[in-house]
Amino acid sequence: MNLIAKPSRDNIKTYVPIGLFLVSLSFLDVFINAFFKFNLMGFLPSQLSYFLPLILGFIGFYLIRIEFSGVRSLDVLNKNINSNNFNALLTLFTIFIIIKSIPPMLDWFILEANFVGNSKDDCTGDGACWVFIKVWFNRFMYGLYPNAEQWRINTAFLILFAIVGVSFFVSEKLKKYFILFLVFVFPFLGIKLISGGSFGLEYVESAAWGGLSLTFIISAFAILFCFPIGVILALGRRSSLPAIKYISIGFIELWRGVPLITVLFMSAVMFPMFLPDGTFIDKLIRVLIAITLFEAAYMAEVVRGGLQALPKGQYEAAKSLGMGYWRMNALIILPQALKLVIPGIANTLLALVKDTPLIFVVGLMELAGMIGLAKTNPKWLGMAIEGYVFAGLVFWVICYAMSRYSQNLEKKLSTER
Amino acid sequence: MSKIIELKKVNKWFDKFQVLKDIDLEVNQQEKIVICGPSGSGKSTLIRCINRLEEHQEGNIIVDGNELSENTKNIEKIRAEVGMVFQQFNLFPHLSILDNCTLAPIWVKKLPKKEAEKIAMENLERVQIADQARKFPGQLSGGQQQRSAIARALCMTPKIMLFDEPTSALDPEMIKEVLDVMVDLAKGGMTMIVVTHEMGFAKEVADNMIFMDEGRIVEKARTKDFFDNPKSDRTKLFLSQIL
Repeated sequence: MNLIAKPSRDNIKTYVPIGLFLVSLSFLDVFINAFFKFNLMGFLPSQLSYFLPLILGFIGFYLIRIEFSGVRSLDVLNKNINSNNFNALLTLFTIFIIIKSIPPMLDWFILEANFVGNSKDDCTGDGACWVFIKVWFNRFMYGLYPNAEQWRINTAFLILFAIVGVSFFVSEKLKKYFILFLVFVFPFLGIKLISGGSFGLEYVESAAWGGLSLTFIISAFAILFCFPIGVILALGRRSSLPAIKYISIGFIELWRGVPLITVLFMSAVMFPMFLPDGTFIDKLIRVLIAITLFEAAYMAEVVRGGLQALPKGQYEAAKSLGMGYWRMNALIILPQALKLVIPGIANTLLALVKDTPLIFVVGLMELAGMIGLAKTNPKWLGMAIEGYVFAGLVFWVICYAMSRYSQNLEKKLSTER
Repeated sequence: MSKIIELKKVNKWFDKFQVLKDIDLEVNQQEKIVICGPSGSGKSTLIRCINRLEEHQEGNIIVDGNELSENTKNIEKIRAEVGMVFQQFNLFPHLSILDNCTLAPIWVKKLPKKEAEKIAMENLERVQIADQARKFPGQLSGGQQQRSAIARALCMTPKIMLFDEPTSALDPEMIKEVLDVMVDLAKGGMTMIVVTHEMGFAKEVADNMIFMDEGRIVEKARTKDFFDNPKSDRTKLFLSQIL
């Protein structure tokens, strides 16, 4: 009688040990099955042994589901992953899938993977061929940029990281100059260093740029320019002057309505046709302008969302203190509106970074583009998975870093209680 | 005493609805006027027209010798001389109380930061909130916020102060601390136009009372006459309901 009674505080002493034992048994069965390919319950009929972990786990979870058990950890466990039969099943499935998927992932990424060698023939295992990434690493980072000149890219990025790093440790006043330098001086200095053509540096045409460094260059410039343009468009769209308002709306809707790939194609192929003979604008610059304007349209709408969220009283208070349009926006409205839409801004900028691979349509190859090129090399056919997994990891690291930074910024700027 | 604000035959419409009807009003320097009336009577709109947060369509508004119109180029200059206190405080939540007070003096009046901060601290002292200067608006009570808002307006050393129902959004026990500040300000000789339902305050400081209804000034009288001996029936009815 006692054994089939509903789990409660009265039978906690018997039910919880039995329940925990059954749950552990079910996990152990799946674990040994996944990692050692040995079926603990193999002596049972095959169908029963297949479902047994689920059945055991389910019964176990049922037995330990005791309301107000008086044991804190048990209550927390029940509340979070075992609140009813359905949730218990979901918990079991989730844990089973995680246990089951670890060994094959481990095998592919590390245990069966090949790390040593310099050609495809060195990849003998069943797992990933990281040799591919190793051999092509230089190209993935620098594209077709001449090896002897790559120190220039390194130097540019080192200076960038050094300035950013140092700026965390200097006083607020000095920081302002650091930021001004980073925004207004460094980008052009850096690009001069990388493109060369003066100061005794050999000229490297932008068609040779590529790889991750190009991803960074394009992202950085596009972010730098699309942000202020987006803010101005957002203000323009809310302007009381019809001309400015409708030009802004037209611009935003035009760029938002067109796929980026089309915009890029036009910038590279059609735009030069409209230029007078003899004028030439570098392809990279044209692409940069295209991406910048495209993302600025999105940015404008994000910022407009923030502007609309501000109460009218903020505008009135600013006006009543004698502030004109620009001061009001720069000192009162934008600081608050931009703070409100940091998540949206981060969203747009992340999308921008992940849109950069599309520049392959005009023949520029950043990281993903270089991987696409490498995987079609006759000596390295069949390396698409390794390549794109690598690209995915790199993009994820970049985007996750940006996401964390935006969250920190949000916290730092919060003046709520 | 000389006129500092003059309204002549001012009419204003929101779309087709007429909010202000033939408003005539003169305010002398150092005069304190309290405007009362039922909600929707146009009293807020009236004082918002004086610093052109609302535009009037007919008539003339002259503030300190400058006529307000669409062509007014120096509207910012006029606004800088007219302080305004709002029902909802409208402090800038992203700035500390001190920065709220110094922002406009620094950027509009071009005062050096040190001097602006000195003036700000004096005014915060005056509204008895100097110890909260480094806090953000969200950390203060309603009464403290409204006193900060008054200090912020005072930091521009305005010639006129407009109060748009300054105590209506406050908890009852905080109303007094704000009214005390306003009484102190009135005694200091500031020209004030106050829209409020606080009749005790009106009796204490107002030189003249204005009663508005349906966009018109129904009655304008010396404060004592207004309360003891109102002329129009509408005023009598209103006073009987709120006193």
